[in-house]
Amino acid sequence: MIDYNVAPFEVVRDYDKCVNCRVCERQCSNEVHHYEEGFGKMISDSTKCVDCQRCVCLCPTKALKILPNQNAFRPNANWQQKYLTEIYKQAESGGVLLSSMGNPEPFPVYFDKILINASQVTNPSIDPLREPMETRVFLGAKPQTMQRDREGKILPKLPPRLKLSMPVMFSAMSYGSISYNAHAALARAAEKLGIYYNTGEGGLHKDFYKYSANTIVQVASGRFGVHKDYLEDGAAIEIKIGQGAKPGIGGHLPGAKIVGDVSKTRMIPEGSDAVSPAPHHDIYSIEDLRQLVYSIKEATEYKKPVIVKIAAVHNVAAIASGIARSGADIIAIDGFRGGTGAAPTRIRDNVGIPIELALGSVDQRLREENIRDNVSLVVAGSIRSSADVVKAICLGADAVYIGSASLVAMGCHLCRTCNYGKCNWGIATQRPDLVKRLNPDIAAERLINMLTAWNHEIQEMMGGMGINSIEALRGNRLMLRGVGLNERELAVLGIKHAGEV
Amino acid sequence: MKKIYVKEEWCLGCHLCEFECAYANSGIGNIVLALKDKEIDPNVKVLSDGKITFAVSCRHCDEPLCISACISGALSKDETGAVMVDKSKCVGCGSCVMVCPYGAVRITKEGTANKCQLCMNNTFGEPLCVKKCPNGAIVFEEK
Repeated sequence: MIDYNVAPFEVVRDYDKCVNCRVCERQCSNEVHHYEEGFGKMISDSTKCVDCQRCVCLCPTKALKILPNQNAFRPNANWQQKYLTEIYKQAESGGVLLSSMGNPEPFPVYFDKILINASQVTNPSIDPLREPMETRVFLGAKPQTMQRDREGKILPKLPPRLKLSMPVMFSAMSYGSISYNAHAALARAAEKLGIYYNTGEGGLHKDFYKYSANTIVQVASGRFGVHKDYLEDGAAIEIKIGQGAKPGIGGHLPGAKIVGDVSKTRMIPEGSDAVSPAPHHDIYSIEDLRQLVYSIKEATEYKKPVIVKIAAVHNVAAIASGIARSGADIIAIDGFRGGTGAAPTRIRDNVGIPIELALGSVDQRLREENIRDNVSLVVAGSIRSSADVVKAICLGADAVYIGSASLVAMGCHLCRTCNYGKCNWGIATQRPDLVKRLNPDIAAERLINMLTAWNHEIQEMMGGMGINSIEALRGNRLMLRGVGLNERELAVLGIKHAGEV
Repeated sequence: MKKIYVKEEWCLGCHLCEFECAYANSGIGNIVLALKDKEIDPNVKVLSDGKITFAVSCRHCDEPLCISACISGALSKDETGAVMVDKSKCVGCGSCVMVCPYGAVRITKEGTANKCQLCMNNTFGEPLCVKKCPNGAIVFEEK
């Protein structure tokens, strides 16, 4: 049989530098490298390479590099090589194409077309190293009225809230899609940083109940791993309706990954496929959603905020308006660039809308309907830096979720082959020899370092604008200007063009 | 004293430590020059039973059997407590090799004893196996 595909990458070895230590061979789960006795040197099979850069990073003499394969099909602006390659795959397998991590296609990144303001002369900037700068955020409903007792003292009766030291949380990533060690690192980092991580739909491993004060537990359409202790253990409970990478469809963790503790944690038999339905079969309307929100609140004695997470789709503003009236305390919106452990390629690359536009329209809609304070807004879907965080907050978010960024901090190189289950960095895998490659002591420290740095940068940017608290930044669109955006885009974002006063 | 400890849980069996050790003790500045086409004889060795891997090097015991066994006074503790080898005194009798419970001492091609000396006597001044371990499986710490 002819293999119609060509290797997308080429492993290039500098034989002057290679010392035959065979570290690359031992570290590649795709078995690209091997020592060829006959030649007396290392040989690489580029066709198996996924460009995860593990060998490049570990090579002690820096003898390796991975390049795009110069052997390319005849250039064609319409029939690009990837379309041919995908057809070859489907012509061979007859299957739906699968992809991992966020949409890599060249759609506009609105964050990159937005610039942040700074103070000059007339409104002094603030130096965060010398003056207080508040990045603490509370998530949950903000009461509209104040109640006092008979002596006039304020009754401090507030709806349940989440307290974050900075406006960033780790996105939902299930135990199963990512490894035990990756979860351990996220949990430890969240605790140390005073923020939250999210179990995703995989249940909560018994070892991680001790991080309950910093855990958001998820209830998704498959209801895997959901039981009373699980709900009671979370600091908040998230109802997952949709995910940015695959709006409108469910999930499928293959039976091969449902082994040992993953099976126990999900509360399903070993080897059985974990299929999450596309919809929650008890939610076909906002009224149904309200029932689940209040069932969960009832089960947890109204002590915990309830988050409803949706994917950013065309009519996201109307849906968010409904959710804000459903009794939910927090709405999480996941943009079309959000990551995934596996999603059908066509859906990941073609469904949903950018988070910047979704956020702009949702915040505007909730304000117009005077229900913005009913809920907090958390946005996700490719927040890549502290500048993205600041821009999202100016567009109306209370906080952001980061998934891909946190994986990258732990070593992920976005090779986008999580669905193979052979992650060389020990993140998106359940193979014990690969899982141990992620030492949670190191990974947690790297997560803490990254977010500590982001927090400093957020404070610097706020100080530059003359703003000393996140509260004063939220929805402050005057602090943003667009570059190269048309009238419609600016209107949806609710910002002016650069140069406009 | 600060000693090298190995966390078996995190050892990946990549053998990087062996090559970094050989480089550190080669006296050659360039890593390629130090390792290229050479058979290495490092002071740390990754042992494996196929499942578990573990980097073994000198434990710098509080009461080192190798020093007691040394017939020529070539082995001694320095002021920090590290067990050091004076090659000029070593006669290559192999007594230390026989008594070491960890198999961490060996007789080199030169005919003298050699073992991990915590990179104290080379240009790095800190154990390179620790610094270069990709997974924090080898640590240099006070316990």
